[in-house]
Amino acid sequence: MSLEVDVTHKLGSFTLAARFVSAGRLTAFFGRSGAGKTSLVNVIAGVLRPDRGRVVVDGTPLVDTDKGLFVPKHKRRVGYVFQEGRLLPHLTVRQNLLFGWWFTPKSERHIALDQVLDLLGIGHLLDRRSGALSGGEKQRVAIGRALLTSPRLLLMDEPLASLDDTRKDEILPFIERLRDEAQVPIVYVSHSLSEVVRLATTVVMLLDGRIAAVGSPTEVLGRSDLIAAQGGGEAGALIEATVCGHDPSFGLTSLSSRAGLLQAPQLDLPIGTPVRLRIRARDVMIAITRPDGLSALNVLPGVIQTLDPSAEGPVEVALDCGGVRLTARLTRKSVELLRLEPGRRVYAVIKSVALDRESLGRAPMPAAPTSADASTSRA
Amino acid sequence: MNDLLNLSPEEWTAVRLSLRVATVAMLASLPVGIAVAYLLARGRFPGKSIVNGIVLLPLILPPVVTGYLLLLSFGRRGPIGAFLYEYFGIVFSFRWTGAALACAVMGFPLLVRSIRLSIEAVDRRLEDAAGTLGANRGWVFLLVTLPLILPGIIAGMILCFAKAMGEFGATITFVSNIPGETQTLPSAIYTFTQIPGGEIGALRLTLVSIVISMGALVVSEVMARRVGHGFSFE
Repeated sequence: MSLEVDVTHKLGSFTLAARFVSAGRLTAFFGRSGAGKTSLVNVIAGVLRPDRGRVVVDGTPLVDTDKGLFVPKHKRRVGYVFQEGRLLPHLTVRQNLLFGWWFTPKSERHIALDQVLDLLGIGHLLDRRSGALSGGEKQRVAIGRALLTSPRLLLMDEPLASLDDTRKDEILPFIERLRDEAQVPIVYVSHSLSEVVRLATTVVMLLDGRIAAVGSPTEVLGRSDLIAAQGGGEAGALIEATVCGHDPSFGLTSLSSRAGLLQAPQLDLPIGTPVRLRIRARDVMIAITRPDGLSALNVLPGVIQTLDPSAEGPVEVALDCGGVRLTARLTRKSVELLRLEPGRRVYAVIKSVALDRESLGRAPMPAAPTSADASTSRA
Repeated sequence: MNDLLNLSPEEWTAVRLSLRVATVAMLASLPVGIAVAYLLARGRFPGKSIVNGIVLLPLILPPVVTGYLLLLSFGRRGPIGAFLYEYFGIVFSFRWTGAALACAVMGFPLLVRSIRLSIEAVDRRLEDAAGTLGANRGWVFLLVTLPLILPGIIAGMILCFAKAMGEFGATITFVSNIPGETQTLPSAIYTFTQIPGGEIGALRLTLVSIVISMGALVVSEVMARRVGHGFSFE
């Protein structure tokens, strides 16, 4: 699948000017509130008509203002999961689910009700009214309803934003399954770094209506300047790993990565599952000799690449651990005491408990065709 | 006491006529009412406030004036009345259909106002959602907007019906007070009060009026509750 967007749109004093191409299975629009993520999704869905530009999905143009083309939203076959669910209150769950299915031409129906009920675990809710559902159930029905239109693209606008953490954990695995099992490419809007870490195959980072970066999660989310520009986000590195063993007696799971073996709190994932974890710079310590008598279980040898002193004091140290880039945030004092400098061999030390569920997610299956074109933003 | 409950055949005729006039007035103005309410709630066109003013006019004008205007335009010699008679054979003046027309015109502002308010209260994001699911504007209206405004439609219908049951000034001016043809409940009560010994008849019809009004109110409550509990279009 490919998604090509090149639009400009003015909304009051806010200007959306976005141009990117993505071929990812799950393209995450990442940025803080007001960055233009929802406007961009609305343009793709046909809810918002842009002042100028083009939107092409899989070679089919949906918007081309130069040619006066604007496919109305009901003809786009683009599924849309809204932030607030927007289930139709006068209908039952079954009627909500089948609403879009009914409007989909018979020859285009690739997804059946049973499949969706099975995937999302909502079979027992069919006869209920949307008012009688919990927030998490509503969102699952909303996802199912969009899927049943057999969309060529599924848009999800912060589907977890209105849910508490328990409910989020209830839905995230479904979205992972959707990404890996359903043959529908997804555009996922989020301002939550941990959701993007868990889900994205391509990240489109938005900043004040512009595209700040497009690329693979490791490229984009590993850049501390971009994360800092999002405000509140913490610098860190993204590592791809594979589950290689469980140790139930200690409640630990071993992960093998190119940087070395890592121990994380136990994960409910089968051996061989690819995962992706984000290691925050402040959770990484540095030792100049292999540490001894230390509680931390993860010790990765590496070479210092750069030292980047920030204005406030801490120094960001970039390490190359077997081809994997890690960042550590240290005080200036530690840097001087240890005489850290580029090229020096050191050991990165990470506590296992820092690798919590928040920063860890099942990565897309390796066959994923993940690629992204270069991005430019235009004024 | 027996006198109070035994209606004379003439009185029954007036009751039946009133019910028929009010029902026809309500049902006939409903589709037009929904269309006009939708236009006023959602439409953006020049002269919208003029359309709104015309719709509300019968509410403000003295009913006799409205009746006289109807007589001028829909009477046999009036421009619209003459046209309808010539091409369709429809006659309004001094017929029960004229009474229904007068009642419909008088009840129309109440019907439109109630429906318009409920259309304005509909969450348009739900309509957008239905659109992304493949429904075009017509289907969105039928499957989303209409069910959501149903309580407003019912309320408007009841208001329109009640107005029609009580309409007097415009009806008597437009179609007069002919027993069996245009003599509705209010006209009949009025006639009774004008003749000696008519008090008992007036009282009987007053009781009937009260019963019908209460009945309409109860029906609307029941319908509103049923709609509140759920609506299914399957």
